[in-house]
Amino acid sequence: MKTFSKKSVIMLLILIALTALSSACSTNQETTEEGGLSGTITLVGSTSVTPVAQELADAFTEKETGVKVEVQGVGSSAGIKASVDGSADIGMSSRNLKDEEKELGIEEHIIAYDGIAIVVHPSNEVSDLTAKQISKIYKGDITNWSEVGGKDAVIEVISREEGSGTRGAFEELMGLESDEGTLVKQDATISDGNGAVYASVAQKETSIGYLSLSYLDEQVKTLKADGVEPTVENIKAGTYKVSRPFLMLTKGEVSDATQAYLDFVFSPEGQEIVVEEGVISVN
Amino acid sequence: MKGNIKVNEYVLKALIWLSAIFTIGILLWILLYIVVNGIGVINWEFLTSTPREVENALWPMIVTTLYLVALSLIISTPIGIFAAIYLVEYAKPGKIVRIIRFATESLSGIPSIIYGLFGMTFFYMVFGLSFSLLSGAITLSIMVLPNIIRTTEEALRAIPNSYREGSLGLGASKLRTILYVVLPSALPGIVTAIILNIGRIVGESAAVYLTAGMVPEVPTSIMDSGRTLSVHMYLLASEMIDFDTAYATATVLVIMILVINLTANKIGLFLNRKRNI
Amino acid sequence: MIKIQQMEEKKKNSRKFDNKLNAKPNKFWTGNKLGSIGAKAIEKLFFISAAIAVLCIIIITIFIFYRGTPAIFEIGLKDFVFGGEWKPSGKLYGILPMIMGSIYSTLGAIIIGVPIGVFTAIFIAEIVPKKFVRIIQPAVALLAGIPSVVYGFFGLVVFVPIIYKHIGGSGNSLLATSLILGIMILPTIISISVSSINSVPREYKEGALALGASHINTIFKVILPAAKSGILAGVILGIGRAVGETMAVILVSGNAAIIPSSLTDKLRTMTGHIALEMKYAMGLQEDALFATGVILFIFIMIINLILNIMTHKVGE
Repeated sequence: MKTFSKKSVIMLLILIALTALSSACSTNQETTEEGGLSGTITLVGSTSVTPVAQELADAFTEKETGVKVEVQGVGSSAGIKASVDGSADIGMSSRNLKDEEKELGIEEHIIAYDGIAIVVHPSNEVSDLTAKQISKIYKGDITNWSEVGGKDAVIEVISREEGSGTRGAFEELMGLESDEGTLVKQDATISDGNGAVYASVAQKETSIGYLSLSYLDEQVKTLKADGVEPTVENIKAGTYKVSRPFLMLTKGEVSDATQAYLDFVFSPEGQEIVVEEGVISVN
Repeated sequence: MKGNIKVNEYVLKALIWLSAIFTIGILLWILLYIVVNGIGVINWEFLTSTPREVENALWPMIVTTLYLVALSLIISTPIGIFAAIYLVEYAKPGKIVRIIRFATESLSGIPSIIYGLFGMTFFYMVFGLSFSLLSGAITLSIMVLPNIIRTTEEALRAIPNSYREGSLGLGASKLRTILYVVLPSALPGIVTAIILNIGRIVGESAAVYLTAGMVPEVPTSIMDSGRTLSVHMYLLASEMIDFDTAYATATVLVIMILVINLTANKIGLFLNRKRNI
Repeated sequence: MIKIQQMEEKKKNSRKFDNKLNAKPNKFWTGNKLGSIGAKAIEKLFFISAAIAVLCIIIITIFIFYRGTPAIFEIGLKDFVFGGEWKPSGKLYGILPMIMGSIYSTLGAIIIGVPIGVFTAIFIAEIVPKKFVRIIQPAVALLAGIPSVVYGFFGLVVFVPIIYKHIGGSGNSLLATSLILGIMILPTIISISVSSINSVPREYKEGALALGASHINTIFKVILPAAKSGILAGVILGIGRAVGETMAVILVSGNAAIIPSSLTDKLRTMTGHIALEMKYAMGLQEDALFATGVILFIFIMIINLILNIMTHKVGE
């Protein structure tokens, strides 16, 4: 069939050309060392852990060029689920496992500690809130900034999706969980990821949100919780209580490549990368 | 009475003009706002490096997008054209045709998120495929299939029967007639539709996010996961740590669509002229 | 002079035609036994391709219902569809807020998109001089081609801050969502309305004008009513697109699972709901999302049904 084959030939040519182009233009090393590891490792889970996992993956694959690491940041609960059903080699979670989840036979490896900071817009006069006040704001019992020493403005509450590890840890630490489920008010803005919370808080003067430590910079103002600032030292000392572990989860036997990656994560080099990303190493 | 009518007419005329101005205005506003903010960030390195080398560079995303487009078209074009040929040239009008038509109409009405839902779980359950280009390509192929079938159908139906009759009268078999006479004449419409579907594939994000994943690296096989420009755009828009990159990615996307649309137009005109129709 | 040229063109074309047919026949397709088997195989292939299309819709539909329906029964149809609270941590799986969110945002999109779209279509089809149409049509097509994430992004950086600063609420609102959705369905409504208006027989328009009616009068009293069914089809198609939109909505709606009671309230649509929670839902929560998909499905089917009924009624 003349017309069909012409078209498919053209498409095939385009595909071949693209493959050739990409291997020519990209600077990935094509040579694999003899005797090195090979294979693909998939990591699925928390969006908070993803940046750290990605940096670790980049450094790791530069040493082990035969291995490919794929990091998918879709949410802590998805990470737990993926490690349980085996669709990922490593699951990433930014909160502690719930009791039901612990029974599913997965191994927890704590790779870092992260603080959760309460943030507001830089123009907000409030600098310090008690845990009780934070909890009340998120429940909806306190609705105006004037009730906690700020301007007369309605508080814009920003939270995360229910499956977020950051949210889960935040609720656990702030006493926002109950048998009937979450106590966070239903009309809080739900942002899809630390970055989205960051963007919203940086833009809206009346907002309040919670962020992973690694996302803080001058565009948002960090609040003290019960008078304590969320710094690495305070978290290590235990005086800043709003913190949670970064977990990498595996189930059963892992491939050589996966084990090598995990070893790398716990090595001094790996932990250095952890610190560079703004979280706290386990050492 | 006449006075009233005159006022009404002016009002209506004003509304018509305002609507048109609104439409064109919004288009210009969106395009200019994005391009003006984004064009500054775009340079050769930005487009051709990987995110490891240059912060948030776009090369892997561009390649993934192109791969996905090529793969989806390779799957859906033949199936779509063949199905349309069956509908127009072979099927006897009646139940079968109505069933097929109902199926394609329904397929085109399904929201993209349902395709994502379906692709994410079905392909893993049945074929063991996790996030991969293949998973994404198959899902996208199903999404554009109805459009390819419908436009090919219309293009085929537009060919006057005299062509077919002439060819058959001269002794060619039905299959030869279709392949050598009807199909080539219908080509301009088909090619234009395919190119426009490229635009749709490039712009799709919900279904791709859940099937092809979001790994920001150049895929080396169809089983690899990859991040397309649109998915990258979504991640940037929700993370927005880097406003500049978000604008730049949006600019690249918009320029791509512009080029695709213009190409579709030009090819359509060129092929039409060539056919001397 | 011209006539001779035309005749020569015709001759050239017919010669091309003949040459094509007289080309050496590829033995595989014709003539001998092997050829006819080959031909039959190809023809079977055509049928199989068409069957694949049918297969796809069947598989997708069955799969979604298979995963979603058990959840509806486990949660209880009334509690699911009419439950006002979605709180999986508290075992509440009501999706009424999302259903209302979809309905309200679509309504908002129609209120913005249909009048502007139809009037712009009138502008393109009737008012603008022909030479400008060649510029405007591609412009509208370009609007149609812009990816939804780009629309969502634009809404996020432009509309949301404006609404936050000058109107109230958090900016992420029903208003922002309706605006963006309305703009997104404009091209659909415009292009279909334009072709409907253009296919109204010229005699209608010429007759009305000859009788002394003004241009505007003709448009609204004669042409539009005649183009009604086509325009309606375009509107329904636009509604379909608005209901199915996901990414743009997630970015501007605020995603709060509440029923919006004012334009500045946040909302969550069914599509946004599925997209947000799908990534990490487990167990019953995941099945509940499939169930939301089922409801969405039914929603769209109902809309399509209404389309069919209305176009048949209006077409009379």
